Amino acid sequence: MLDISDAALRFGRHELWSGLSLRVEPGEFVAVLGANGSGKTSLVRAILGLRRLSAGTLRVTGGPRSIGYVPQQRRIDPLTPLRARDVVGQGLDGHRWGLGRRPGRAELIGEALDEVGAAGFADLPIGLLSGGEQQRVRIAQALVADPRLLLCDEPLLSLDLRSQQTVTALVDRRRRQKGTAVLFVTHEINPVLPYVDRVLYLARGRFRTGTVEEVFTSATLSELYDVPIDVLRVNGRIVVAGLPAEAAHV
Amino acid sequence: MFDFADYGELLALVHNSLLAGAVLGVVGGLVSTFVMMRDLPFAVHSVSELSFAGASGALLLGTNVVLGSLTGSVVAALLIGLLGSRARDRNSAIGVLMPFGLGLGVLFLALYKGRSANKFGLLTGQIVAVDTPQLSWLLATSAVVLVALAVIWRPLAFASADPEVAAARGVPVAALSTVFMVLLGLTVAMSVQIVGALLVLSVVCTPAAAAMRVTASPRLVTGLSVLFATVSVVGGILLALGSTVPISPYVTTIAFLIYLGCRAAGAYRRRRGWTAGVRFVQDERAQPSVPSGV
Repeated sequence: MLDISDAALRFGRHELWSGLSLRVEPGEFVAVLGANGSGKTSLVRAILGLRRLSAGTLRVTGGPRSIGYVPQQRRIDPLTPLRARDVVGQGLDGHRWGLGRRPGRAELIGEALDEVGAAGFADLPIGLLSGGEQQRVRIAQALVADPRLLLCDEPLLSLDLRSQQTVTALVDRRRRQKGTAVLFVTHEINPVLPYVDRVLYLARGRFRTGTVEEVFTSATLSELYDVPIDVLRVNGRIVVAGLPAEAAHV
Repeated sequence: MFDFADYGELLALVHNSLLAGAVLGVVGGLVSTFVMMRDLPFAVHSVSELSFAGASGALLLGTNVVLGSLTGSVVAALLIGLLGSRARDRNSAIGVLMPFGLGLGVLFLALYKGRSANKFGLLTGQIVAVDTPQLSWLLATSAVVLVALAVIWRPLAFASADPEVAAARGVPVAALSTVFMVLLGLTVAMSVQIVGALLVLSVVCTPAAAAMRVTASPRLVTGLSVLFATVSVVGGILLALGSTVPISPYVTTIAFLIYLGCRAAGAYRRRRGWTAGVRFVQDERAQPSVPSGV
């Protein structure tokens, strides 16, 4: 689905990362973690085809159009003239020129809204929905065009715990049912812990990939950050202690 | 103030103006939807000042006023698009351009030795002034704007609502922004001919601002916006015919009253919960039925 090999990204002389290789298979759930400024967002933009790699190759099966993109939750103006179903519709044909509509459009939108449990507020203005409801609509918007890769960029940010669980569970169900590959950018591992197959951890121009057990160890993170770090497991949650200030919220 | 005697004869005289007004209503109503979604009312005002400068420059040189007005507004719209892609940059660019445009316009009018009614009309609108060549310009401009809007409507709406996701889906967000600024420039230039430079916002902002208060359905917002703009402009022309006051106060007052009405209706709908209508029906069904004849 996604095949990145020996990729590098630089801004002038500043190198975000290099030698990055990552393959995401159909139905796989890969989480991308790292501090602010570690190049997570640039990686997302490169995958979407909005940024060129400085070196290496990046291939998405079916091209950028076969990616479903879920951004982070942002405030939407209450007067925005769109209902939930219109936002989903934009995911289906918002990029197409002209006024013609494909047959079966309304059914596809209805199915996508059903899938995320948003049918009950399909006709409400998007700006009047709660943050969690808006994120469910955004997932429907990403899923309606039947993507092969679901790219989620901090979709849990500023959501309450219950909405976080709903959103991650929805993403997980989709990849199990339809084999959609998932690349999930997050700064917090615990909400995705029950679902994640592998982790890509970016820090200070370096990175590690592997299972949660392989990456979230005191030894690996200490090596990545060059400072002693303790990784603890408490009641099924992972607690990381001793992170440098710029990554303290991870 | 009003004198509606000989109204039929007057009507025949302003046939051109009415047609121009109706066309402007349609185009202005459509464009105002995007002006509101893209947060551009301030930009519209600045574009109209430069359109005024272009028109008064043409008046001074004795060339085509519509063409001068078109040039001024398209240049201004492109400059705003180029200078500020972010809202903050954009607002400062607009704040700098606006007085410059108005200053130029005042200079050209001061140098102009022709009829003073021509001068005033550019700022506050005119009514019988739409002659046949002018009408042809207006119709051709409208046709260009309408065709372009039909082609870019969906991607433009996507890019206006959520530029980040639209770009991720391959929508050329930056290019669409430039194209829309040109269309906005054309629309503003048309409006300047009818309602005058100072009052363009009543055609290119107020209609959608009113419609967005009462509905979130994109089709309904567009339809209502076109309806409101057309009623304001055509209604304004019809009322101005029977009076000695220029057209613009009528247009702006009708537009404003529509906005007030929509705001009140929207506030009511919000207070009752947006789905109030549906709930009301369900509540009624849940009530025990009252025996008749009590």
